[in-house]
Amino acid sequence: MTDPTQAIPDLAPYRRAPEGTHPPLLSPDYASTVLRAPKDPLIHVPQTLTEITGPLLGEGRLGELDHDLTRQHQGEPLGERIIVHGRVLDGDGRPIRNTLVEVWQANAAGRYQHEGDQHPAPLDPNFTGVGRCLTDDEGRYRFITVKPGAYPWRNHPNAWRAAHIHFSLFGRAFPQRLVTQMYFPGEYLFFQDPIYNAVREERARQAMISRFDLDETVPEWALAFNWDIVLTGRDATPQDEDEDH
Amino acid sequence: MALQLTPSQTVGPFFAIGLTWEDGPYVVPEGTEGAIWIRGQVTDGEGEPVPDAVIETWQADPDGRFDHPDDPRGPAGGDFRGFGRAGTDAEGRYGILTLKPGPVPGPGGATQAPHIAVSVFARGLLNRVVTRVYFADEADANASDPVLAAVPEEKRGTLIAERTDDGYRFDVRLQGEGETAFFDI
Repeated sequence: MTDPTQAIPDLAPYRRAPEGTHPPLLSPDYASTVLRAPKDPLIHVPQTLTEITGPLLGEGRLGELDHDLTRQHQGEPLGERIIVHGRVLDGDGRPIRNTLVEVWQANAAGRYQHEGDQHPAPLDPNFTGVGRCLTDDEGRYRFITVKPGAYPWRNHPNAWRAAHIHFSLFGRAFPQRLVTQMYFPGEYLFFQDPIYNAVREERARQAMISRFDLDETVPEWALAFNWDIVLTGRDATPQDEDEDH
Repeated sequence: MALQLTPSQTVGPFFAIGLTWEDGPYVVPEGTEGAIWIRGQVTDGEGEPVPDAVIETWQADPDGRFDHPDDPRGPAGGDFRGFGRAGTDAEGRYGILTLKPGPVPGPGGATQAPHIAVSVFARGLLNRVVTRVYFADEADANASDPVLAAVPEEKRGTLIAERTDDGYRFDVRLQGEGETAFFDI
């Protein structure tokens, strides 16, 4: 057996996201951030073998119908049937293969199958709103679902969340871990949605909006939306040991 | 030219329908010899429990190896997943069953003290926050750990898990007095 503490070559780190990519943790228009965002600045630490690796969760986690949220019950859910597909890429445009993609969402009426959501919209006995898949060799994922409804919340008077699907991505290493939300083109609620608007740069906000994809629609069966997800990329060479920490 | 990265968004209050796995807290199966529970409570800026957070862990095995192809020493073996995930309960408490990791190679030939990488997600967190668990009974190794060394001395204690009856206790204070040291990685 090898010595577990043996020196190993330093490995190329993953890039930190450019300023403006992710929303500031303290975004007071989203009221729940006020008591939960850390106040101290984040501490810059070197990436080590711990960060350059990460969980690679595979087929064992998937059921046969996990990618099809419309076929997980006896009957079909109500709502607009949609195909949501795209690629998971790194910041250099390389596909991330065989990586777990998790989604969850409200039903077509805007209600989550969760005890914490008690607002007066109907549950759908044929819709749980949870899906999983693995990307293929080109980094592609594909879900069949129904379009989620907008729903009210109590952040500010008459607040409504823009319709969205939650996405959870692992990539291949700890720094690539991302939880985000996919939005829909033509949305009219963005102007008053502080979660969407917490992303400060317009270009970055646009990267959360899917594109209507006529080519992928199935006539007389489903509309389609295309959305690529881009996780941080990796440097070509090991980090400079003189890097300012 | 580099592509625009996808921004982070909060997991929201209803993530449990999508992110909770029955075996999530089990980095190793129950009954594994030497398994320990990492337990703790997540609290907010007023010290109130955070009942809608999810803790994820990533770590080496007791030999200090990662179950990943970029570990040049070869993958960890057996039932060791390396990854744990647990939602918090109504009191903000979570638990992860795992094995204590071994020391891990660090940058420039250094050795890192045994540690577990942690991500915290919650309603009200627009991006995950990242930290590490270190172990109180590894004082010598902790003293020479290159990541702990980057943490201001007065905050290092927030990363040190204390021994308990069945493992270690690691609380996460998101904000305020005793705020956990969080990392920009």
